[in-house]
Amino acid sequence: MDNFAVILGVDLNHRKGVNYDKSRAAFSRDSMMADASPRSDSSTDGDTDDKALELHNSQGIVVSDASDRSRDQKTLRRLAQNREAARKSRLRKKAYVQQLESSRMKLTQLEQELQRARQQGIFISSSGDQSQSMSGNGALAFDVEYARWLEEHNRRVNELRGAVNSHAGDAELRIIVDGVLAQYNEIFRIKGDAAKADVFHILSGMWKTPAERCFLWLGGFRTSEILKLLISQLEPLTEQQLLSISNLQQTSQQAEDALTQGMDSLQQSLADTLAGSLGPSNSSENVANYMGQMAMAMGKLGTLESFIGQADNLRQQTLQQLHGILTTRQSARAVLAISDYFSRLRALSSLWLARPRE
Amino acid sequence: MDMVIDLASKKAAVIFTKSSCFMCHSIKALFYDLGASPAVHELDQLTNGKEMECALQRLGCNPSVPAVFIGGKYIGSAKDIISLHVDGSLKEKLIEAKAIWF
Repeated sequence: MDNFAVILGVDLNHRKGVNYDKSRAAFSRDSMMADASPRSDSSTDGDTDDKALELHNSQGIVVSDASDRSRDQKTLRRLAQNREAARKSRLRKKAYVQQLESSRMKLTQLEQELQRARQQGIFISSSGDQSQSMSGNGALAFDVEYARWLEEHNRRVNELRGAVNSHAGDAELRIIVDGVLAQYNEIFRIKGDAAKADVFHILSGMWKTPAERCFLWLGGFRTSEILKLLISQLEPLTEQQLLSISNLQQTSQQAEDALTQGMDSLQQSLADTLAGSLGPSNSSENVANYMGQMAMAMGKLGTLESFIGQADNLRQQTLQQLHGILTTRQSARAVLAISDYFSRLRALSSLWLARPRE
Repeated sequence: MDMVIDLASKKAAVIFTKSSCFMCHSIKALFYDLGASPAVHELDQLTNGKEMECALQRLGCNPSVPAVFIGGKYIGSAKDIISLHVDGSLKEKLIEAKAIWF
């Protein structure tokens, strides 16, 4: 077989059915004899190989009579049809394999994305768990909105950084800074809506990266900590400014403590209610008691939303107040400092999650 | 309403609360932290508590508790108190009404 392949210059192992067209399908013996040039007429199955062999063998035989010729014609036609069918089958198989390959690539991509999202601590509800995916939808929707907000926020911060580095004027800086503050107000509004739908998701901080979660207070950052950061980053400050910011830090601290105390009393009360629902569940009296206590507990949980709301209110008011104390240029630097600080936290989360483990 | 006004004028700082309200607890804690000793009236413990709650709602207090009065004047609910505290006016009002001295 190899000898014939060499003679015809045909690579019988070649997988592609290239340069084979219908016109050649019905080729005659004559043309076959006359033209010994290579056709990349390949075959992948043994059947066709044998038939090709037959044909090639027949080339060695000298002129035959008419009846032989018509028989050969039929044979040629049959062989040609077989070749055509084989070619089509190869093409179908190729298309199918390509489809499989691209699906596999897509699957790998999706798996990577999922892994990345899980690493960032974004809540991914597993399929099949109905009740989870119900609240998961509200949580997931918020996570998506937050991701979008963060992207927009980073864009604005980069714009601000560019303006500061290129020594832009106060007017231009003020416009960008006002834009950033307005955008902060937007996330507070979005969080408020999300807390109505799923307060525990907001409280959990699962929409933030792990390191950020470490510093979580009532579903967000502590303004007193931010102000502490800024006092060190914003030098030089005038005496008056230092005093104002220190006062602002103190009032933030007081408000934070007050809200924390309210949350603590809520927790304590919840614990008492649940403890009160304990007891042997064998009497109807106890069942009624259980249900009553659970209803009370449910009512208490309802107030969680208001605590997140007031915490965000505190954050919003403090940022606004701070903006009033600082000059435009200082405000710009403050925005950059705060943004960079949180970026560091997020980077820390990534580093931590990617750390080599034994 | 008269009852509300009456009680509100009895002391420099007056807060209407409910024993079941945890945000009220926060606002009370804030006042204590500032050195004010507000008079606290728990609506669910008073006989005409329901009427007073309606009166507070008519004043625009939503949610009805906590409702804060300083120097006899209606100041607002939790959200208002936090906002006023941040911009320094809460302390000012308390000093003015002589609820605190500094």
